[in-house]
Amino acid sequence: MPVLLEATLKSAVLLFVLLTGFAYLTVLERKFIARLQARIGPNRAGPFGLLQPVADGLKLIFKESVTPAQADKPLYFLAPVLVVVPALILFAVIPVGKGPTFQLASDINVGALYVVGVMGVAVYGITLAGWASNNKYAALGGLRASAQVISYELGLGLSIVAVVLMASSASLADIVEAQMPGNILGWFIFRQPVAAAIFAVTAMAELARAPFDLVEAEQELTAGFMTEYSGMKFALFFMGEYVKMIAVSALFTTFFLGGWSGPFVNEFPALSVVYFAVKVLACLLLMIWTRATLPRIRYDRLMALGWKVLTPVAIANVIVTALLIVLGVPGFGS
Amino acid sequence: MADLIVLVLLGAVSVASALGLLLSRNAIYAALFLVLNFGVGAVIYLLLNAPFLAVVQVSVYAGAIMVLFLFVIMLLGAERLSPAEDPPGASFQRPLAIGLGAALLGLAAYVLFIRQPAAIAPATPIDSSPTAVGLALFGDYLFPFEVISVLLLVAMIGAVILTRDR
Repeated sequence: MPVLLEATLKSAVLLFVLLTGFAYLTVLERKFIARLQARIGPNRAGPFGLLQPVADGLKLIFKESVTPAQADKPLYFLAPVLVVVPALILFAVIPVGKGPTFQLASDINVGALYVVGVMGVAVYGITLAGWASNNKYAALGGLRASAQVISYELGLGLSIVAVVLMASSASLADIVEAQMPGNILGWFIFRQPVAAAIFAVTAMAELARAPFDLVEAEQELTAGFMTEYSGMKFALFFMGEYVKMIAVSALFTTFFLGGWSGPFVNEFPALSVVYFAVKVLACLLLMIWTRATLPRIRYDRLMALGWKVLTPVAIANVIVTALLIVLGVPGFGS
Repeated sequence: MADLIVLVLLGAVSVASALGLLLSRNAIYAALFLVLNFGVGAVIYLLLNAPFLAVVQVSVYAGAIMVLFLFVIMLLGAERLSPAEDPPGASFQRPLAIGLGAALLGLAAYVLFIRQPAAIAPATPIDSSPTAVGLALFGDYLFPFEVISVLLLVAMIGAVILTRDR
């Protein structure tokens, strides 16, 4: 079964890259934020602190794994897994380079819907972690997480709808192709700026990262839904968050930054992977920069922003885009 | 053959999760069993070459509706059911449910084993791409589609009015 073998090998490589990427993203974040705050950041473990993730990982392995006595055991153990798995399987439909060599299932005709579905399922891990820990801080964090994700999912889905309308296809490979003709202005971030902005904001909220990190607001909820988690289970939550950061950046690149496209990709297909990686890295740095810049938003403001601003604007954007496509305005539709 | 094995396994998981949903005393577990059941349904749609239905099933039921269910259960703290005690006036429900359930099972057994299998028309493969589904929804089934949209709108307005401060 060569197809099965090929898919397995590709998945293994992808997993390796993602896990390494996760480990070094933590270092990148700490170093970059340190620079923004005029500090140096981790620089003790190895040259330039490059062995920091190894040290962190080893430390977490040797930590005692505490399980609260009153916790709901099965769900308590299941929750971290439910956080990591959706983050990883998002990559199945993302084309990371030109040609079938660098794509796993990016040509399925429901790719964009798959993304919305998987991101919707991702909230279970956080919600259940909060509930199963039997801790008031964790429960509040879990409740906040579900409310936040439900509210922002609408805007996220509708911004993707605008992209699907532009490409007249829900396959992520086709969406990249639709941004190829012409120059850099063909990217959907220039043709769909409103959708790009909404996607960026709602995706940050789905990730529950600053300024939307009131799911784990330290000052009021200690660590939110992961208060009771320690050792490797805590590391899994950490991994889920960072892999999801990479996934969301990869999605933003695919939907709005032309995916793997760039000069000379036809001559050297391997170059497309480099372009993709550079664009993803740019998104990641922007996300970390945002965290270092903006304070946490208040809870009622978060809800108001999601329901009263982002969702109506996203709906209006979809209607306007559809109208422009039907009217045949140049630059819309294909 | 491989499809048949997968289908049988899926059927087993589906029945098990449905039983789990009915028998668990904890509402959170019941909700999660229902999510599992929806997931099995999605995989069966995939087996039937209907990927659009499969992902819609996951994103609408598992991703949106059941998250809301969980949210409400957790918010109300209503996850624990008190040990079985029939509410007054409901004593007739249990025998009635057993009778109706037995009737349904008997009917299913009749259709599956006694009625001639030849009477069942073979399934014809149809186009199940998002394009085809969209064309059917907004073409042949436009009227029912619009009626359902209006119905949902009415429900939404009703919910807003019921929860509004007086």
